[in-house]
Amino acid sequence: MKIGVPKERASGERRVATTPEAVTHLKKLGFDVIVEAGAGAAASFTDEAYRAAGAEVADSAEAVYGGSDIVLKVRAPDPAELEQLRRGQMLISFLAPAQNEAMLAQLAERGVTALAVESIPRISRAQKLDALSSMANIAGYRAMVEAAQHFGRFFMGQITAAGKVPPAKVLVIGAGVAGLSAIGTAKGMGAIVRAFDTRPSVKEQVESMDAEFLMLDFEEEGEGAGGYAKVMSQEFIDAEMALFRRQAEEVDVIVTTALIPGKPAPKLITRDMVEAMKPGSVIVDLAAEQGGNCELTKPNEVAVHGDVTIIGYTDLPSRLAAQSSQMYATNLRHLLAEMCPDKNGQATVDMEDEVIRGATVVKDGAVTWPPPPPKLSAAPAGKPAAAAAAAAVPKKETPRWVAPLVTFGIGGLALFGIGLAAPPSFMAHLTVFVLACFVGYMVVWNVTPALHTPLMSVTNAISSIIIIGALLQISSPQPWIKWAAGVAVLITSINIAGGFAVTRRMLAMFRK
Amino acid sequence: MPTGLVTASYIGAAVLFILALGGLSHQETARRGNLYGMLGMALALLATLIGVVSDNFAILFGALVVGGALGLMLAKRVQMTQMPELVAILHSLVGLAAVLVGFANFTDPAVQLAGAEKTIHDVETYLGILIGAVTFSGSVIAFGKLSGRIGGKPLVLPGRHWLNLALLLLAIWFGAWFLDAAEGGAGLAPLLLMTAVALLFGIHMVMAIGGADMPVVISMLNSYSGWAASATGFMLGNDLLIVTGALVGSSGAILSYIMCRAMNRRFLSVIAGGFGTSGASAAGAAGEQGEVQPLDPADAAVMLKDAKNVVIVPGYGMAVAQAQHAVYELTKELQNAGVSVRFAIHPVAGRMPGHMNVLLAEANVPYDIVLEMDEINDDFPEVDVSIVIGANDIVNPSAQEVPDSPIAGMPVLEVWKGRATFVLKRSMATGYAGVENPLFFRENTFMLFGDAREMLQALIKAL
Repeated sequence: MKIGVPKERASGERRVATTPEAVTHLKKLGFDVIVEAGAGAAASFTDEAYRAAGAEVADSAEAVYGGSDIVLKVRAPDPAELEQLRRGQMLISFLAPAQNEAMLAQLAERGVTALAVESIPRISRAQKLDALSSMANIAGYRAMVEAAQHFGRFFMGQITAAGKVPPAKVLVIGAGVAGLSAIGTAKGMGAIVRAFDTRPSVKEQVESMDAEFLMLDFEEEGEGAGGYAKVMSQEFIDAEMALFRRQAEEVDVIVTTALIPGKPAPKLITRDMVEAMKPGSVIVDLAAEQGGNCELTKPNEVAVHGDVTIIGYTDLPSRLAAQSSQMYATNLRHLLAEMCPDKNGQATVDMEDEVIRGATVVKDGAVTWPPPPPKLSAAPAGKPAAAAAAAAVPKKETPRWVAPLVTFGIGGLALFGIGLAAPPSFMAHLTVFVLACFVGYMVVWNVTPALHTPLMSVTNAISSIIIIGALLQISSPQPWIKWAAGVAVLITSINIAGGFAVTRRMLAMFRK
Repeated sequence: MPTGLVTASYIGAAVLFILALGGLSHQETARRGNLYGMLGMALALLATLIGVVSDNFAILFGALVVGGALGLMLAKRVQMTQMPELVAILHSLVGLAAVLVGFANFTDPAVQLAGAEKTIHDVETYLGILIGAVTFSGSVIAFGKLSGRIGGKPLVLPGRHWLNLALLLLAIWFGAWFLDAAEGGAGLAPLLLMTAVALLFGIHMVMAIGGADMPVVISMLNSYSGWAASATGFMLGNDLLIVTGALVGSSGAILSYIMCRAMNRRFLSVIAGGFGTSGASAAGAAGEQGEVQPLDPADAAVMLKDAKNVVIVPGYGMAVAQAQHAVYELTKELQNAGVSVRFAIHPVAGRMPGHMNVLLAEANVPYDIVLEMDEINDDFPEVDVSIVIGANDIVNPSAQEVPDSPIAGMPVLEVWKGRATFVLKRSMATGYAGVENPLFFRENTFMLFGDAREMLQALIKAL
């Protein structure tokens, strides 16, 4: 099958859906690739590079749409592009299916099979296809670069002959992929980074990047209040806002990445917070496209309120076009590899495959979005068992003093019985035996685990002390006893010599 | 030589043996400990030779010299990867000696006892031979399994628990018969029959145990060889044998306990047979796991160079591939590049307690960078790269995360908490426990498929 990659038409879009490197991989899967001339120019991929990688370069978009079976794009097609898609053709692109129902219907009408990359389920198997994460990562990085660009000072603290520079303080709100990427970038530039997220589970990830995780001392406040969830959420927001207000006075840069799926972005940074910030501070609002986390954000613009710069770019990945194209192209190439398991250049839409099913939004003239919820994994199966086990435990529990009592009771009775019946000579030996067991127990617990093998070989050597038994018998006049004892001496002396020698050899190897 | 002097020498020997074990508590004192052991043995032998032996010196010295020479040769030739086999076969010799001494003592007309003393003595003889025979046949089978002469898979006979029970009842029944017959001076027949039963029992017991449970079995046989010596000591009324046997017996028992704890299994369930039976159903339930990320040595080398803190986790696969020297070379390369390298040893890694430590020591790895599980487990979050070489179950996160996993609750090395993990492995096959290892599917885990040694050499080259 032939894959077509047209130039992106949307204004300001610099990304391209495939790169020369991805083309070589697609060729290996058996696909042919046709690229519109100049498609990669804005992302610094030349037509020559595509040609060198084995792609065909077509002069016009028509040639690409007309000559290909699969169209790869970055942005959803505009009406003009929709017109060019044919029946039976496949389209893989960002489609925003939730916002673009009319377009999906149109695609269905035209008989196009469409896969929306943002609909790929976020399961571990599909991580390498996850273009949303790739783009979020880039957006997080770029957000910090933009912030640095508009921030009039160093990020990193320095002590120079020309004076001391304090490090910039950065607050990142929302520690998702983009937030973590922003944290990493800011740390890399030398700033002091704090992060906030409503999910306490991400604390570990934040701290693994050396950033400080801001906690709400909220649990105590919320406890005992009636109407738990609702009251709590209001209290939570109040506590959260109070925290942001305190932080706003202190930090130099705020990056917000808070999004709630399918809803406008929550307003977290209010006008008065912006006004409380130090002059020269910068806010980068990654949620600008969904209305922004900051009240004063203007989408696609750099707004200045008082002395604070508020960056509302919605095209941050496109501003790092070469990197985004490369990652996006790799995601798409992995998706195509999933669709073409035989590597024969024939991509199929397997609706049984959880990942492909999730991504497919239009197929055979019907809109197939939204997909059914992902299959539950085996995890819940474990729960009843665990619950049952938990229920069973209390029954079994016996008072703590029972076990030692039973042990000592049996031990005492046994000793009593032996003492009644056994002759004194045996009791003397038994004394020695029991004491020796305890000595052995105490001594051996001190042995370092690293020396367990030498311990075994040396105990093996000394257990050959049984040779004494053979020596006691070897002087017997009885030939059978004499020879049995002789064999016993032979094998135990193998053991003694071998055991000690090999222990010696091993111990000699342990060096600091 | 007066008897008192012989006994005094025995006391000296017993003290020296205790010091020998005490010396092993640390690497610095271990060599001296071994020396104490040798001294103790020499003292006991000399005292017995001078004080007790009166005849048949030719056989005695012939056996001593030939046996000693054989032993030294074995010790010199053995490869460190073969240590478990050597230890197993040496155990079998102790068992065999106990059987021989027991029979010789039983048939010795010089031993004249009566009444309760006679009965106790007969019981001691019986027990000594029983434990000796089990140790002997069990160790021979263990040797066969460890050296690959017998397949490592557990042999699970139908109704094997009943078979074991039947063997035990038979042994008790023969015992009663023996005591009865021994009253009249007979009893060789039940003794021989019991020996056969004990031999069968030893074979059957070890045959049912799979490869990775071997550390438990070896320690258990180590313990048995001690108890056999102790029982022989009771039979002969010799305190030195009793003490030494008890020392060895408790040492082996503690090792078995440590090994069982490291696998979170009960001793009885290890002895009762392999993982195969209970694990199979739960292993299947793990279901879809996602995909592994293969990595080539060149990329791995780049990541290693960028790392500051590397931990190497060796497993039995390292011993199989004889990769310990390559591991050390890699360690040196990394250390030269300024990377801190440490080793994390799980108690049951390998086929006997402390197996990995010996292999690493053989390859010149300094022991102060070789750490135990408890010493290093808390450090994993700060580790940049963990390199898992030929290990599987001991780094399996499902031991902590999946409550119904067959290995749930087993203490494991928490490599997944580090930034990245490399797993050197021949294939995606499951480990001994037959449990899928979700570690391999984590996003920060990279698989380097291939022979461990070749892979390490490729890594070294790429560095």
